[in-house]
Amino acid sequence: MVNRVVVGAHYGLRDWLFQRVTAVVMAIGSVTLAAYLLWQSDMGYDRWTGLFSSQPVRAFALLFLISLFFHAWVGIRDIVMDYVKPAAVRLAIHIVVVLALMMYSIWSVQILWGM
Amino acid sequence: MLKKRPKHLALHLIKLPLPGFVSILHRVSGLALFLALPLLLLMLQYSLRSVETYTSLMGVLSHPFVKLVLLGLLWSFLHHFCAGIRYLAIDLHYIGNLAEARSSSKVVMVASLLLTVLIGVKLW
Repeated sequence: MVNRVVVGAHYGLRDWLFQRVTAVVMAIGSVTLAAYLLWQSDMGYDRWTGLFSSQPVRAFALLFLISLFFHAWVGIRDIVMDYVKPAAVRLAIHIVVVLALMMYSIWSVQILWGM
Repeated sequence: MLKKRPKHLALHLIKLPLPGFVSILHRVSGLALFLALPLLLLMLQYSLRSVETYTSLMGVLSHPFVKLVLLGLLWSFLHHFCAGIRYLAIDLHYIGNLAEARSSSKVVMVASLLLTVLIGVKLW
């Protein structure tokens, strides 16, 4: 009998692929932002908020953050699966991490559209 | 030849090879960045909300201790970034043999530290 655990790995390629796709999104995002900051020598409040007042920038910033949260979920889950053995503790950590990341997602929307 | 079983590994004598070292640092830096997420989001919020919050954030960020923490996070990000690019290269079979695995690990270590120093000096 295959013993599948709820806090196991789901035995699939999906998370592995998500980890890489989100990594590429974040890599493009951070290199673009770094290049922009390097190019804009005197960055102040007006320039900074001006950048984020553009809808495409906001949308990509949210895509970046959601990618970050997915990426963090897979990464933290991998770490927990390797070092935390008792299923109850593992499940508790998983729940805390998932809830935190969901709240970060809502918070991110508030930050980007509520400014 | 008779083998002695069970075999006990002398953990304090085993040296982690450089690719293994880069791997564990990839985990450590990723965990550090995850734990810092609420702080980083708060910083983004303060930087965007109003001129007052922006100015107070800049005040907090100029504190030497805060700068030191940010420098640690900057290294975490850069190491995680460089090591991540290396893993993508491994997935695409750009890095295949042991020699390449070792030399690329060296590049990751040096590049992430060098970039941390460069960006750190520019921001300080």
